[in-house]
Amino acid sequence: METSVLGADGRLWLIQASYFVTAFLFIMGLKRMSSPVTARSGIVWAGAGMLVATLFTFLYPGMGNYEWILPAIILGTALAWISGRRVAMTDMPQMIALYNGFGGGAAAAIAAVELYRGEAMSLTMGSLAVIGGLIGAVSFSGSLIAFAKLQGLVKRSFRFGGQQLLNVVILLGALAVGAFIAAGWHHDPFHVSLFFVLALVFGVSMTLPIGGADMPVVISMYNAFTGLAVAFEGFVMQNAAMIIAGTVVGSAGTLLTQLMARAMNRSLGNVLFSGFGDTGGAAAEGGAVTGSMKPIDAADVGVMMAFAQKVIVVPGYGMAVAQAQHKVWELCQLLIDRGVMVRFAIHPVAGRMPGHMNVLLAEAGVPYDLIADLDEINAEFETADVALIIGANDVVNPVARTDKSSPIYGMPILNADKAKNVIVIKRGQGAGFSGIENALFYLDNTRMLYGDGQAAASQLIQAVKAV
Amino acid sequence: MTGIVALYIFMLAAFTGYEVIAKVPVILHTPLMSGSNFVHGIVLVGAMVALGNSHTLLEKVIGAIGVFMAAGNAAGGYVVTERMLEMFKSSGGKRKSGGH
Repeated sequence: METSVLGADGRLWLIQASYFVTAFLFIMGLKRMSSPVTARSGIVWAGAGMLVATLFTFLYPGMGNYEWILPAIILGTALAWISGRRVAMTDMPQMIALYNGFGGGAAAAIAAVELYRGEAMSLTMGSLAVIGGLIGAVSFSGSLIAFAKLQGLVKRSFRFGGQQLLNVVILLGALAVGAFIAAGWHHDPFHVSLFFVLALVFGVSMTLPIGGADMPVVISMYNAFTGLAVAFEGFVMQNAAMIIAGTVVGSAGTLLTQLMARAMNRSLGNVLFSGFGDTGGAAAEGGAVTGSMKPIDAADVGVMMAFAQKVIVVPGYGMAVAQAQHKVWELCQLLIDRGVMVRFAIHPVAGRMPGHMNVLLAEAGVPYDLIADLDEINAEFETADVALIIGANDVVNPVARTDKSSPIYGMPILNADKAKNVIVIKRGQGAGFSGIENALFYLDNTRMLYGDGQAAASQLIQAVKAV
Repeated sequence: MTGIVALYIFMLAAFTGYEVIAKVPVILHTPLMSGSNFVHGIVLVGAMVALGNSHTLLEKVIGAIGVFMAAGNAAGGYVVTERMLEMFKSSGGKRKSGGH
């Protein structure tokens, strides 16, 4: 098979050198992605690293099966490229889940190839292959469930008594079979298959009971899982690029997951095992809220905003679903032209993931320096004439500050209730994503503008133009 | 690569990942998650080697699925991240271009 200019040693040296360059480009790329000014070049650096590593890997001495490798690469790249280009910005989170699941599946596939081959491995290598395979397979099936939930393919959460116990049993079963394989006692295709089936089932059964609102944290966790699985398989294959890239993602992903969970005022254990993420039993306890919601029409809001000095817009996922961000920005531009100071206040969990709302606003053309996060903006609500709430609910519910019995008590919120006037654009009178009654809607300084986000924004544009 | 060297790499890479992300503004959390999702697409090189050294049909089929998924992870992760980051621009100079 050796047809080359270079000997096997020379090629291996070249491959190692290319992986060194790749590791450098990845870390520099991630570093650049951590600041808005350099972020755009960061992904290009990382992309260059991926290209270098992939091309040089073809030089591996003794590699064959190119008639399998090339079509698989071309097909995978083409399908993912096209789907990634076409997906709407609101649907980004589930696409990340899908691609992440693919990465976990690939790590599990590497483990499967090594284990089905049945060659004797040392206990260390066998254990690493098994653990990497387990984490990869769980990340694969779990991410696919997360994708299905966010895409709306799976609507309800499946819960039943003893579910946690069943999950533990499945996990222990997978670990036991894996241990037999790693120790070399049952190194046959049947046990390897059983191991992967148990791992895949565990990923499904662990993710199914988790509600849609918690999915971002779960996706972030599986992202870290996939990184770890890649690192473990990197140990097995003696591949430094995989070890470094996988470990960096594993630790960065763990930190991101913690930051996200903290932004929602939840612990990770709480997210995984309590099942509050959708309409939980706590929803019924909204009885303390009194008063009535007071409607207003668009013309009055238009006048109010046109003569305001400062307007703070609080967008939520509802705005993105209604595709209203372009109209909202058009409205804000009209206000800015009239000399009104406009800011956007973004709660850490606005949208579907931390930072998701920023991306959606950026897509509509809102400059990032008009966008403020919770710590920056909260003191400013007191000086704002109008707080315009569009599609946000739980993140502005003052109950989180006052009512100890509320499930969201203690969650940091945007203090929209401190503004002189609060306008809430809302489709109907129902409760929010979490099912908790929102006390903000009943305040004396709050007025409700009922309607679809996009239609309401259009009416407001007309109203401001008419002033 | 000996076991202990691999462990050193593991530890240093773990600290690197932590440090790189530690001081990131919230607005970049989603792009960064997506970017790190792209980075673990490096699993592609491992899948290529695993498939390249496969002999039985079963190994080849699993290996090919692995390469296919890894390539999807890398390509999809890149496109999605790039599209998100494309949108980050400041108000300096381009303020009026937002409306359609």
